[in-house]
Order: sequence, then structure tokens, then C-alpha cells
Amino acid sequence: MTDAELYAGLNEIFRQVLDDDTIALKPEMTAEDVEGWDSMNHIFIVVEIEKRFGIKFQAAEMEELKNVGELAALVREKAGAVR
Amino acid sequence: MHGPELHWLPRPSTWSQDLALAEPGPTAWPMLCALARARIDALETRSLDRKRQRLMMDPPENMVAASIRLAVLASSTVDHLLPGIRVAGMRRDLWIETFTPDYGQHTQALMDPASPLFAFRPTAVLFAFDSHHLLAGIEPGGDAAETEARITRIGENLTTQWARARQAFRCQVIQQTLLPVFDPLFGSNEHRLPGSPYWAVQQLNATLRKLADAEAVDILALDAVAATDGLAAWHDPALWHRAKQEVHPSAAPCYGDRVARLLAAGLGRSSKALVLDLDNTLWGGVIGDDGLEGIKLGQGSALGEAFVAFQRYARDLSLRGIILAICSKNDLANAVEPFDKHPEMVLKRSDIACFTANWTDKAANIRDIATQLNIGLDSLVFADDNPAERAIVRRELPMVAVPELPADPTLWPATLAAAGYFESLRLTKEDLERSEQYQANLQRSSLMASATDLEGYLRSLEMRAIWSRFDRVGQARIVQLINKTNQFNLTTRRVTDEDVAALIEDERALTLQIRLIDAFGDNGIIAIVIGLFQSGTRDIRIDTWLMSCRVLGRRMEETTLNLIVRQARALGCERLIGVYRPTAKNAMVRDHYPRLGFSPIATPERDGVAEYVLVLDGWTELPTTIVSDATPQ
Repeated sequence: MTDAELYAGLNEIFRQVLDDDTIALKPEMTAEDVEGWDSMNHIFIVVEIEKRFGIKFQAAEMEELKNVGELAALVREKAGAVR
Repeated sequence: MHGPELHWLPRPSTWSQDLALAEPGPTAWPMLCALARARIDALETRSLDRKRQRLMMDPPENMVAASIRLAVLASSTVDHLLPGIRVAGMRRDLWIETFTPDYGQHTQALMDPASPLFAFRPTAVLFAFDSHHLLAGIEPGGDAAETEARITRIGENLTTQWARARQAFRCQVIQQTLLPVFDPLFGSNEHRLPGSPYWAVQQLNATLRKLADAEAVDILALDAVAATDGLAAWHDPALWHRAKQEVHPSAAPCYGDRVARLLAAGLGRSSKALVLDLDNTLWGGVIGDDGLEGIKLGQGSALGEAFVAFQRYARDLSLRGIILAICSKNDLANAVEPFDKHPEMVLKRSDIACFTANWTDKAANIRDIATQLNIGLDSLVFADDNPAERAIVRRELPMVAVPELPADPTLWPATLAAAGYFESLRLTKEDLERSEQYQANLQRSSLMASATDLEGYLRSLEMRAIWSRFDRVGQARIVQLINKTNQFNLTTRRVTDEDVAALIEDERALTLQIRLIDAFGDNGIIAIVIGLFQSGTRDIRIDTWLMSCRVLGRRMEETTLNLIVRQARALGCERLIGVYRPTAKNAMVRDHYPRLGFSPIATPERDGVAEYVLVLDGWTELPTTIVSDATPQ
């Protein structure tokens, strides 16, 4: 999975959950930078990532994430381990 | 873990494009409803819900069903479940608005008439408390009597809250059973361990069912769906810890569908009939090609046994009042042969209210079946193994429910059960007798075809109308009829159980339930009337007059009017005011009052509502062949 593929996948999920087709994720972005990325939508995003990438996050892992870049890295790590 | 799916619904490949195409205007609602009748996941459900909010502020005009305002009282996060409920309403042509009190405010909200909950005026309240909240304080280690006492107290507390909701809103009350989210401490003999949270969930669920029965509260059986789908499909401890979501967001579409079923059933809008194909649906193979000995049915093969099990499921449904019909592309002589001669057939011809086997297309045949049974197309479920036939019927008759049947017939009973088409809150005597009634109806039709004059036919039916005021015995059926009758319904007003209970007590209200018995059997309650004095006058306004379409053309209207006038006179009434309120479905009764001799009152045109008057002084009863009797008390 290339970075482009990974971000394309995440973008699609964010756009669908937040109902906003203009979202373009960048590694340094945080919840503050994306309108609608609140705690409830965050859960939907996490659940959808788990579903589409076939992975499962641990409770502690989610709490340590600081931005999109760390989220992407975690997804890459886990998805890589699955394959 | 993926959530449970709406696996009985079809998945059109163009769903996303169709969603994008939906536009505001009169086509918005039907388009959105069609989009809701697809196998969509939680995210798509949210997108559809948002689209609806963007396109439509208010319910569509001319909506047959009243819109529903559902309050969800919860002790943890449920916001993620609300879109699923609203979209499941669209799946049933129901406009549902939802409301949840602020976090932690559910108990206060019920007691404070100034709360936003009261301003919302719910027509249904769902108690959706989570297991942690309800069982707080139950600890292993206490003695059995103490645990039992605590469970009793929890039950009493909920009963009080149900009563508050009912008193405040006179509405449908739904109680969700607890999800079994606690792990056993020891194992199989958990019930010997007082205060085991695992066992307490099961005890409380049993208690809730008993209490709900006594209080006429409807149960949303989350424990049962978790048992079927597996708890992990419905609950993820990680999400509970992180977001206090007891129900998994991916389960939102299924959760919503289960809630909407109960709301629809409360309005009497569950399906009433199951239409079955024959070849490869009730037996394996093609009777016309394989012959009686060649079809697979019954012992000797797993497939044959699976068809027997499916037939048994259909037969069991008919024992619960669901009408069965056959719609098959076949020569009639071939189609009936297994029914008459195959020893393993569970379904007999006498179980089938309407048997259609010919080479006409199925959509036309299903339309014909609905006409013959005198029920709406939206009350039909059509089961056919052939995907092409299913697709055609869905396209031609979008209001007919057509489940996606998996290739393996072993799974069909579970598919129909999961789809919940026949959700029913309580079973009336009429439900149990319905199949026989429809059989008798078909016999009446053939008598009509043979009778040469209408008068003679009506006399030969030897009809007797048995009437009484509303009473407790008839209450469930009265509510059901009022809420599901669309065609012969002058005002299409809907009521709650509580409304009818209030009318039973009100001696100044004119209420009438009429049962019709004839030479072929008991038709059950077929007419309902509610009349109320207009304040300060001696006029009774006929608020509700509806009749079952099964008895059309029998001069039942005249008999009913005679009975109305008798009761009205006894109440001191001088004039009857008849009201016709047009809907999309009740054009057949537009001239009902003029036909019965009422005169129009010039009233301002308001939504096409027309009013008529009948002066009782000097009025004489209309001729009829129906003998009327009061119910023996």
C-alpha cells in the first residue's frame, strides 16, 4: 500500500462520515482542522477504518494519536501485519 | 467484527448515484423511501438521513400515516442510533422525528412539564437504558433474596417511568431489553451465584417481559437479536469504554429497523400476507417437468427436508393470522397436484387463501391477489427463489416486500424472521381466524358470481350485525383497525391504545364496533364509529367512521348508519355531522355521506375537507337485509 493509496482510503472514509467532499487529509492535520470531526464522528471514522482495512485498534492506541499522520502510520502498521 | 446486516434487502449497484440524484420536490420522498429499501450500512444510512434533512423540512403532503415523534430515553450514548431509526421509518413510508433529552436528564425530563421532552410531544417513547446503568448496585456476593429484591425494585422503577410517559403523552411505550454485555464469572451454573451480573441481566429481562405484558408496554428484544447475531455484532466493549456506546455503530441500521417495526406495528402497518412461488420455493425442482415423484420434498434428502421446514414456517405464520397465497408460473392442474397428492406436503390447499397458477406475469398476478384478498399491495410479502422474478416484481410493485432469499432454502425461515415483516404487538382473536375468513370470502365471491340479482345474493348471505359500544374485549382490535384502515376511512384519524381506553370510559361519546356474521362464517369486527358532541350543541360530529373493505357492497353502510342514529338519539343528539377528509387512499368514500342522505354544509375549502349534516327529527331507518343485535352482555 503506497502512501497515496492509504491517504485516498482515509480521505474517502472521512468524506463519507463527515459528509464533506472537499476534505483532503494531510499528516499534520488534527481534529481542530477538520470541520465536524467531533467525538461521535471520530467513532464512526475508527469503526469504518477497522472495517475497510480489516484491522482492530486497541483502546490505548487510539488515545495516543495526535494527528492524521500518526493515525495513518498506525493503520499502515496494522494493515501490514494482517497481510 | 462487522455489524449485523439488512441482508434481506436487495443491493442495487447504482445506490450511491441514485442518492446523489435525489432532488427536492414531490418526488423526493418516494425516491428517498426507495433508497431506504436497500441493503445499506451504517454510513450509507447516515448519508441518506442527512440527504432527507436537506431535501425535506416537513413530512410529505397527503401522507397516509401520521408522522411519528419518537423520544429515546437513554442512560448512555444513543445519538449514533437515531439516523438508523429515521431511515427505517422511510423504509416503511413513515416520517419519524426523534428526540433525546440531554445526557443524564431522562428521569427529570419525564417529571417536568417544562422540559423540552414535553415540548416535543412524543407519540412514542423508547426506554433504551443500558445494562451497566440498570444493574448498578447489583454485586456478586450478596444473598439471593437481596439480588431478587433489587431486581424487583428496578422493575418497579421502570414501571413507574412507563406510567409517567403514558400519562404525560398517551403514547406507545417501548422498553428495550438488556444486552447481555457482562461476562460470566464461573460458567454454566451462573444462576447459582447470587448477584452475578451475567445472570442478573437474564433475570431482569425475564422480569421486564412480564411487567411489560401487564402494562401493555412493547418490548424491543435486543437480547434476542444478540443471541441470533452474536453479541460481538451488537456490542464492542472498546466502544463502550471509549464512547459509552452500548450498541455498536455498525448495528445502527438493524437497531433502527427493529425500532421502526414496532412503531409501524403500533400503527397496524405490518405485512398481512405471504405470497409464495411454487417450483424451487415450496419444493425442489419443477413439478411440470419432474412430476410428483421427481420433486424434492421431505425425507430422503437434506434439500427436501429444508423445503418441508420452510413450508412449516409458512404454515405456522398462517396459524398466527398471516394469509397465505400462491403465485406461480404453472399450469393449474400441475400446480395443485403436490397439494392434493404428495404425502410430504405440509401446506394443504385449505391453508391457501388465494391460489394463482398461470402464465401471466407475476406482478399482474400479485395485483390480482391483493384485489381478491381485499388488502393493500403494501401488506404483501412475496417469496420467490428466482432473482429475475423478484427484480420484476420489485420494479413493477415497489410497495410489495420482496426479500432476497439466499440460494440455500435452509436459510429462508431465518431470512423471513430477520426481516420482521410480520412484527405484531399483540394477537387478536381476529388474527387467529383471519385465514378462515378469507377462505369464506372467496366462497362468497363465487356465490355472488352465481347469484343473478344483488338483493337475492344479499338475502342468501343471512347477515347479522352484532354491535356494541367500545369495550375492553374489543380494544386491541379497535386500535388495530383504526390505525390500519386506509381506504374505507372517512377521516383517517389515528389513535393510541390510551385514546380508546378513554373513549370506553366516556359515556357521552358515541362509539360503535360492529361484527358481521353471515352464512359463511364470522367476518370479525368490520366497522368502527366514533362520534363526539360538538361542545355547546346537540350535534354529534362523526370523528371516525371506517369499515373493512372485505364487506363492501353488502349495504353495511346503511346498517351502520341505522345503529349510529339509534345511539345518537339515546344520547340526546339532534343532528349528525359527517366529515370527509381526503387522503391518497380514501377516494372511494368521497360521496359516502351524500349517498346516505346527508346534506352538504357550506364550509370553507380546507384541504378538501367536506362536511355534511343529517337532521334526526323525523328520520326513518334505511332498509337493509342485515339483522342487527346488541352483543349479549
